[in-house]
Amino acid sequence: MEKETCTFSYCAKPEIVEVDTDLLLIGGGMACCGAAYEAVRWAAPKGLKVTMVDKAATDRSGAVAMGLSAINTYIGENKVEDYVRYVRGDLMGITRDDLVFDLGRHVDNSVHMFEEWGLPIWKKGDDGFSLDGFQAKDAGKAKLVDGGTPVRSGKWQIMINGESYKAIVAEAAKKALEENRKATGVDQNHFERVFIVRLFKDANDPKRVAAAVGFSVREHKMYIFKAKAMVLAAGGAVNVFRPRSTKEGQGRAWYPVWNSGSGYALGMQAGAELTLMENRFVPARFKDGYGPVGAWFLFFKAKATNSLGEDYCANEEYVNDAKKKYGAYVDKMGTAIRNHLMMQDMKAGKGPIIMRTHEAMEAINKSFIEKLGEKEGKKKVKHLEAEAWEDFLDMCIGQAGLWAAKNERRA
Amino acid sequence: MPSFVIAEKCDGCKAQDKTACQYICPNDLMTLDRDLMKAYNQEPEQCWECYNCVKICPQQAIEVRGYQDFCPLGASVIPLRGTDSIMWTIKFRNGVLKRFKFPIRTTPEASIDPYAGKPEADLSKIKEPGFFNYEARKE
Repeated sequence: MEKETCTFSYCAKPEIVEVDTDLLLIGGGMACCGAAYEAVRWAAPKGLKVTMVDKAATDRSGAVAMGLSAINTYIGENKVEDYVRYVRGDLMGITRDDLVFDLGRHVDNSVHMFEEWGLPIWKKGDDGFSLDGFQAKDAGKAKLVDGGTPVRSGKWQIMINGESYKAIVAEAAKKALEENRKATGVDQNHFERVFIVRLFKDANDPKRVAAAVGFSVREHKMYIFKAKAMVLAAGGAVNVFRPRSTKEGQGRAWYPVWNSGSGYALGMQAGAELTLMENRFVPARFKDGYGPVGAWFLFFKAKATNSLGEDYCANEEYVNDAKKKYGAYVDKMGTAIRNHLMMQDMKAGKGPIIMRTHEAMEAINKSFIEKLGEKEGKKKVKHLEAEAWEDFLDMCIGQAGLWAAKNERRA
Repeated sequence: MPSFVIAEKCDGCKAQDKTACQYICPNDLMTLDRDLMKAYNQEPEQCWECYNCVKICPQQAIEVRGYQDFCPLGASVIPLRGTDSIMWTIKFRNGVLKRFKFPIRTTPEASIDPYAGKPEADLSKIKEPGFFNYEARKE
């Protein structure tokens, strides 16, 4: 199939393929892979058909295609209600607490499944330092489900070796789908490179979506998926806002550029109510950077300043102004508030904003050597340097390339 | 940093059942020129630099370069992905070399048995919170 690209006539009418299913999963990212694993088990007793349609190759589709170096939420020793409070504070109240609570009380099981399937999760060593997934296994550290202690980078986040995060979860999902396919006797229930473009409603019930229509990006075929229920998880929208950089690198973000916004558009066009779409994540940029910064802030304790070396979060004028506008949320100094204060500095012409990664590494270097002595300290620093690089090599390799291109050593 | 194909090394995956980079690219950018039997990145400015084509290429014929508007040339970041770990070789513009090796999975590839040892779904609980194998946390 792969080698037959571009051989069809664009004028000919496409072949139309109809697929009848019970549950249709639109999207092949982490959400629908998880849904496939769960749904297939529930579908088994009733012999229901589960079908996944993915516009890419499921092994590497969605926002986790590149990899991830952390899992943002693992409740573990914390309380779910505190998680709800944290999310509400960070997103300044624009949340549905019930949905956040629901996520909180279910998420740990998913993380346990990832670890069972083979995702390497960092564990805390006996000396308090972190062990990567292999070191933890060699040291006989317990899995999370058996009470193992993850390495926290912040209260909610845990660190992983996540290069193959998506490939691992996709393997479980594909096997689940295959089990369903065999049980229901259909020819195919996993469609790759088919792009859903429109949902169709039931002719007799305008409140019900009955089918999804899409086309193959490989063969000259239209697909009509008729389904009793659907899960639509087709991703967010990137490249919608005007990017800062120009020319070839424009719109570089660590978020995937292929998120076309179809997740929003399909629902909206079908008249669905979209909940929690009010939060627009518009990442602010640091000088020479277009990667995710969570681990650098939380784990390596890097500070960000304007070009004059000033901490914009400590600027009283900005903070007082923000308090007038946003009240008590400013005290929590959540992501949105910190970025808002950063914007004030940029508007005032004090940019670019610089993340002081080298200072963070120097501080760590010093503290390790003080704590452990020259030899052992340096060994730990070397491990930490690898961790700092892995953060980007897992999920924003372009950033690592930029460091190399600018001869920035990090440590 | 869009990916690019080193034409001398690319063999169009003629011995494989599919063109690896074209199969894997999440943004459908890698394309096989059937006349030359060489792959190429058809839209570099839409490349996410996710390196999936680089990692999957059986000929190691794909590399990634920086975006010309803010990234000086002369450095390279090259992965070698095995079955359980990945090795990165980073060459700085000034010649400094760094190598890192990271775990990628703790189980053999294709070894996942998704429902082994897991309970059946209990349909009487379908309206309750929780998964088929997990009661939702209560506190």
